[in-house]
Amino acid sequence: MSKAKTKGILLSLVLAMSVVLGACGSDSGEKTSGGAGETLELLNVSYDPTRELYESYNKAFAAYWEKEKGQKVEIKQSHGGSGKQSRAVIDGLEADVVTLALGYDIDAIQKSGLIDEGWQQEYEKNSAPYTSTIVFLVRKGNPKGIQDWNDLIKEGVEVVTPNPQTSGGARWNYLAAWGYALHQNNNDEAKAQDFVKQLYEHVKVLDSGARGSTTTFVERGLGDVLLAWENEAWLSVKELGPDKFDIVYPSESILAEPPVAVVDKNVDKRGKREVAEAYLKYLYSEEGQTIAAENYYRPTLDSVKAKYADQFPDIKLFTIDEVFGGWAQAQEKHFSDGGIFSQIYLAK
Amino acid sequence: MQTGATKRGVLPGFGLTMGYSVLYLSLVVLIPLSALLLNSTGLTWGKFWEVATDPRVLASYKVSLLTAAAAGLIDTVLGLLLAWVLVRYDFPGKKIFDAMIDLPFALPTAVAGVSLTAIYSQNGWIGSLFEPLGIRLAFSPIGITLALMFIGIPFVVRTVQPVLQDLDAEVEEAAATLGASRLRTFRSVVLPELLPPLLTGFALAFSRGIGEYGSVVFISGNMPMKTEIAPLLIMSKLEQFDYAGATAVALLLLLISFVLMLLINTLQRRVRKTVR
Repeated sequence: MSKAKTKGILLSLVLAMSVVLGACGSDSGEKTSGGAGETLELLNVSYDPTRELYESYNKAFAAYWEKEKGQKVEIKQSHGGSGKQSRAVIDGLEADVVTLALGYDIDAIQKSGLIDEGWQQEYEKNSAPYTSTIVFLVRKGNPKGIQDWNDLIKEGVEVVTPNPQTSGGARWNYLAAWGYALHQNNNDEAKAQDFVKQLYEHVKVLDSGARGSTTTFVERGLGDVLLAWENEAWLSVKELGPDKFDIVYPSESILAEPPVAVVDKNVDKRGKREVAEAYLKYLYSEEGQTIAAENYYRPTLDSVKAKYADQFPDIKLFTIDEVFGGWAQAQEKHFSDGGIFSQIYLAK
Repeated sequence: MQTGATKRGVLPGFGLTMGYSVLYLSLVVLIPLSALLLNSTGLTWGKFWEVATDPRVLASYKVSLLTAAAAGLIDTVLGLLLAWVLVRYDFPGKKIFDAMIDLPFALPTAVAGVSLTAIYSQNGWIGSLFEPLGIRLAFSPIGITLALMFIGIPFVVRTVQPVLQDLDAEVEEAAATLGASRLRTFRSVVLPELLPPLLTGFALAFSRGIGEYGSVVFISGNMPMKTEIAPLLIMSKLEQFDYAGATAVALLLLLISFVLMLLINTLQRRVRKTVR
């Protein structure tokens, strides 16, 4: 190859490279925040079904913060599958706070070094300002007579639930069933495994996410019962007509704790720790709790709890720490490669 | 300056275009692929093999490859038919029909998946017709194949169409005057010309099908060992922050696809040689 040609290639390489780099650099003019009069920006990276919750909460918090500190704050929301959101933050999405579906996804961010250890003790109630549980959504009038978990494995009942390996939220569904079976059988693990195996034999469609399962059940009309988060179940009933579906509360279920955390590295880098911490703290206030309850999440503050007692029937709830010893252990035992969930399908 | 072997082309700009090609190929293909390799180096060979040949992973490869191949084959036949109709006949609305072929390219695959599921599920328009016969379209390998057919059809049509357009009708007429039957004309005159683009179209549709995720997850039902596709397993591993495992599955899939592509390309070259 001639020298001139080589030169030409090199030159164009450099040229093209500079174009690309220029494009990358153009948005790096990030200004550090601070001082009254300037608008603070906060990014809340959350999971799918909290969209409406945080839309109202962000307005409430912005008003509160302006009144307290005289500072304008604009909160941006990002929603998606909990695991995907967690990976996005690990890979560099500059979240100031994360509000995800399960502690395991925040643990993963902590492992990457962005969040300090002990985040779950940072706020009250395991850093879960609002909770939920797993309930059954059935067709109007409950034609199959489903009352409790053991009705799900009756002949002819079809269950709809997402794949717990692709949907973080659906891991709560699986664990709820496991905990119930464990308690019914005097903590006999083999029997619990058998129950869960039978349960998943009644699942004909394993969607990859919770919204997918809701579509399968509601729009396609498949299945007799949808295992759903309580807040999603209420939303479905409200939006799709109370004349179509009923909510059934099982005798016991799991206390789903969607936790929140400040992303320490990101807020410290941009001096936003104060507002980020206040943002999460205010979730525990009377106003924050009321907004959560209005969006069908169970409040944890007693006064608000009492007000919404009708909406959230008092059923026996067990926590993941009590029954499974926390997320790390539950994950390893049930959802990893060769874990119990995989075994259910390999055994066939 | 000029070495004897290279001949100066008529048009200038080799340096510039080659430079850009190398850069873009690096940025868009090579660097991401090497990142893929780097990601899996966290695994030892034994562990890599264990992850990549897990029974569930193997089952998903089988589902992915078989449905993609089936969809590719059907697309090849249907695509030829579509291209033939578009090139050889004139009918009202032909332009619109022609433009519609490209729709699967533009439509977000998730939208395609949701709409296909709505039609083919046991309560959908078409699915409900097949349900009494005991044939389940959605939530079965048939459903996956249907989704992949939808995604892959433009590849075949768009590769065959230009070749068919350039084909001289006179050659066929000559064959006919020499006494060849219609079938003979098609087999000996038309088909050999079309074979290379058909193979290309098949290869494109097939490889697109192996990697397709968005539309398939809605219609497949995602049952492990039965209708779980390999890309879904990759997503499932990522969801558990198992980057290395996900990469292992992806790498083996990539390798299989690459070997298959290589085979198809060789076959194509051979066909072209025998034709010319």
